[in-house]
Amino acid sequence: MIAEDIDLNAIKEISGVLKSSWNYDFSEYATTSFMRRISRAKEIFRIGSNAELIVKIKSDKNFTEELVREITVNTTEMFRDPSFWRKLREDILPELAKLSTIRIWHAACSSGEEVYTMAILLNEMGISNYSIIATDINDEVIEKAKSGLYLNRNMELNTQNYNRFLGGVDFKKYYNHFSVDVVKMNPDLLRNVHFRKHDLVIGTPFSKFDLVLCRNVMIYFNMSLQNKVLSLIEQSLFSGSYLAIGSKESIAWCAASNHFKTISAEEKIYQKITTLGS
Amino acid sequence: MYKIIVIGGSAGSFPLIQKLLAKLPASYNTPIVLCLHRLKHIRHGFVEALNLKSAKQIIEPDDKEKIQKGRVYLAPANYHLMADIGNIFSLSTSDMVSFSRPSINVAFDTFSYIFKEKMLGVILSGANSDGAMGLYMAKKRGAKVITQSPAEATIKTMPEAAIHLMPDIKQLNIDEIIEYILSHDSIKIEV
Ligand SMILES: C[S@@+](CC[C@H](N)C(=O)[O-])C[C@H]1O[C@@H](n2cnc3c(N)ncnc32)[C@H](O)[C@@H]1O
Repeated sequence: MIAEDIDLNAIKEISGVLKSSWNYDFSEYATTSFMRRISRAKEIFRIGSNAELIVKIKSDKNFTEELVREITVNTTEMFRDPSFWRKLREDILPELAKLSTIRIWHAACSSGEEVYTMAILLNEMGISNYSIIATDINDEVIEKAKSGLYLNRNMELNTQNYNRFLGGVDFKKYYNHFSVDVVKMNPDLLRNVHFRKHDLVIGTPFSKFDLVLCRNVMIYFNMSLQNKVLSLIEQSLFSGSYLAIGSKESIAWCAASNHFKTISAEEKIYQKITTLGS
Repeated sequence: MYKIIVIGGSAGSFPLIQKLLAKLPASYNTPIVLCLHRLKHIRHGFVEALNLKSAKQIIEPDDKEKIQKGRVYLAPANYHLMADIGNIFSLSTSDMVSFSRPSINVAFDTFSYIFKEKMLGVILSGANSDGAMGLYMAKKRGAKVITQSPAEATIKTMPEAAIHLMPDIKQLNIDEIIEYILSHDSIKIEV
């Protein structure tokens, strides 16, 4: 719940010190969602007041890192929205496979489930000429992605999704049991994958890609920030490249949306088109 | 009059929602938001089922979509549905709350934060306590709150959880809830 002492001023102050002290910019995150995350973090860390929170942020870098981890939402699944992955398999990847190398960017990859999903998909399609860059604001989730260690209980949902995607084999083929509760993904899946820390808000374009997946992160931004981030992504695509966003996200009100044509309204897949002056 | 009506329901609430939607005229003006527990991985079919008997076209909003008069909205599968500044929806994939995503607590909390006393919150039949705490927050912020009477509810847990937190909450049968909603519309729209 949004705590009683969290209001617009408090939120401005908190995001203000996060920015001035550690260069994390949450000032344009979606307000009520951000308020709920701050209220929740205060409970987790047992912090009684906004003043106390602000003092801790200013004085404690490790605490701030942990706080950022709690403020951002890291939930993810392998083969989330199976019909989206089927669409990539049927319509998008066969097209991209004609390139000498398919360059893919997972922007906001969280703990890597989406990346393993892509690697499995490409593998099953017999495509090996790809290179994946996976980024997130949060080091810890990136480390988790690299380790490929996931809770066994999450594999049930991942496997269900994979089966709905109509994958080619028994999903068990892609991981081994690491301990009673933990499985380890086949490390070979990361052969062509590079992880790095990148903040979509303060970061700049760093390369160009044939396919960018930026799913379920822009929902945490307000419209003005979505607008900026979409231009950053647009600058990271060649004309003819594809962009995929989350199943309930929209780019309709972003200025950069006129650089895109809709390939699948249902699965939220767009293609960058050549516009005058670009 | 209310600027928004938020209705939460779980097991046993589907026929009640259908009944409400069947009685709701196309000219009904106040936006209605339905936050109903639903299967995570079934994206299609639910909204179509609700549409069948209604003069309204029920919509599953996209993130940051404008909340518009005359519309009925359904929280999409596997996302929390929130309100945000500027009369817009905002979605989240954050952890389940009371084993639910969409969670009724999350909806009541954020819609009442934005709409305060201009919100009407209604809780219907359901098998867990999701919604009660959110409705309690809504009441504190001045919203009008109603629960289906537990005597009538197919599954009483949700109404009872609300009554536990708010002993003086208005308890109505579904026909009275529908009557209340129909008679408390802001000015009707032309259709
Ligand atoms: C809900 S997860 C999405 C994971 C995956 N793309 C999916 O759809 O399943 C959102 C991720 O966005 C990351 N994130 C939040 N703000 C960010 C920012 N400013 N720059 C980069 N990543 C960010 C979070 O750390 C989190 O891992």
